[in-house]
Amino acid sequence: MIRQVLYSLFKKPATNLYPAQKLEMPKGYRGKLVFYPEKCIGCKMCMKDCPTGAITINKIAEKKFEAVIDLGKCIYCAQCVDSCIKKALEVTKDVTLAQLDDKKLKVVFGSDSENNRTEKQAP
Amino acid sequence: MHNSDKFKIPVGPQHPALKEPESFSLALKGEKIMGVDIRLGYNHRGIEKACEERTYIQDIYLIERICGICSHSHSTCFIQAVEEIAGVSVPKRALYIRTLIAELERIHSHLLWLGVAGHEIGFDTLLMYSWRDREIVMDILALLTGNRVNYGINTIGGVRRDISEEEKQEILKGINILEERTKYYIEVATEETTIIKRLSGVGVLNYDDTLRLDAVGPTARASGVQRDVRKDDPYAAYSEMDFNVITDNHGDVYGRTVVRVKELMESYQIVRQCIKNMPDGPIVVKVPRKIPAGEALSRYEAPRGEDVHYVKSNGTEKPERVKVRAPTLANIQAVKHMLKDRYLADMPIVVAAIDPCFSCTDRLIAVKNSNNKNNHTMTWEALHAYSIAWYKARGIDFAGLNKNLKKRLEGS
Repeated sequence: MIRQVLYSLFKKPATNLYPAQKLEMPKGYRGKLVFYPEKCIGCKMCMKDCPTGAITINKIAEKKFEAVIDLGKCIYCAQCVDSCIKKALEVTKDVTLAQLDDKKLKVVFGSDSENNRTEKQAP
Repeated sequence: MHNSDKFKIPVGPQHPALKEPESFSLALKGEKIMGVDIRLGYNHRGIEKACEERTYIQDIYLIERICGICSHSHSTCFIQAVEEIAGVSVPKRALYIRTLIAELERIHSHLLWLGVAGHEIGFDTLLMYSWRDREIVMDILALLTGNRVNYGINTIGGVRRDISEEEKQEILKGINILEERTKYYIEVATEETTIIKRLSGVGVLNYDDTLRLDAVGPTARASGVQRDVRKDDPYAAYSEMDFNVITDNHGDVYGRTVVRVKELMESYQIVRQCIKNMPDGPIVVKVPRKIPAGEALSRYEAPRGEDVHYVKSNGTEKPERVKVRAPTLANIQAVKHMLKDRYLADMPIVVAAIDPCFSCTDRLIAVKNSNNKNNHTMTWEALHAYSIAWYKARGIDFAGLNKNLKKRLEGS
């Protein structure tokens, strides 16, 4: 007991100064999704398996797809990543997803005319 | 109310002493509780019905969210039933990983309970200690699965994530620290006079009443009933594990504390055996999305007691019926018995001693009144007609909508 008291008295605070110091997420953490449009073949297995219906795959041109992900609906289970046979979906460790405007939670992953990946808000 | 000799106090549905909405109506005579009326159902979320409208894969994540503390228990129990219907033999490594996560979950749940129990009796130092140690096991779970709760490690036919050698070493390191600390808790629970005096003789449930009221888990084991699904009907890899079923003869809250603390030690042993004997091989087998028609009942020893899931399939991608019986529902009748003739001040710790989880418990509840002759069961069609009439009386007409619906149904 005394040992515990002395230890607690001299140890550093367990909290950290958040915006300046960020905690490292554990390995294998399931955060925000990313979508690689060049790999997608449009089988829509992710849409079928998503428990909350957070992901929608739209066909925008021949062999060209975009993914609309509602980050407010997503429960970050990463079942879509498991379901994707072409590995077009991946999880990141990004957790700072809070928004004041719920429209900003809808994110469209697509590609521009030069086949570069783009990420923007849904209109 | 003052005219009668009994005074009624409602505790809940919204009450500072309860973490979840549930209603206890206590009839008091002075400080003594003469009778308790428990009303469940404030947390009903319609999960069982929602399961019928989703595929089996989607259901895993929904079932996992029945309870935050024992999320792995519910998802494993559900998956075992589905795998039984589908006739899948799960790889051994997957079963070992399931067992490992299950025991880590039990450790975190029991440490959490120990802290809550300490808090309820005003022993907040115990709360601080045990919740500090709980962080160790939470970190292990986050390392293995990616999340602190709702691990999402189960999938039909196996598990989703493998365990590496470094992770095994991390687990062993954490378990060694926890074992040292738990030895201290056993010392506290068995020697500390304040704990013994406060908890002895509170919420007594004797052997016969335990069997009659069908209590489960640590609540039953504290009354000397040797009942543990892990031993009686081994699932996952428990048939290959060497462990003891902890029982105690006190039958009161003190006994339940001792059982839980000693169970922690058994859990550490199971975790060590899991890591030592884990076989190599695949972690998942492919299971077709359509599950053949059939039904299965699955039992699982959750940290709070026996969890039962019933699944009925009809050959499609979606189950026809899912029924969940969480351990708290089995124990809640015993609480009524435990509280009788006790003092009001004992109520929080007696309720907390079964480690209640009311959101697990709140499934469909039919309130039956045997004295009422008007009671009858409504068919789906009758209920449909009744709802139309109800809305019509309030000036809303669904006739057009129904026609469209009928057309669509006939079309498909």
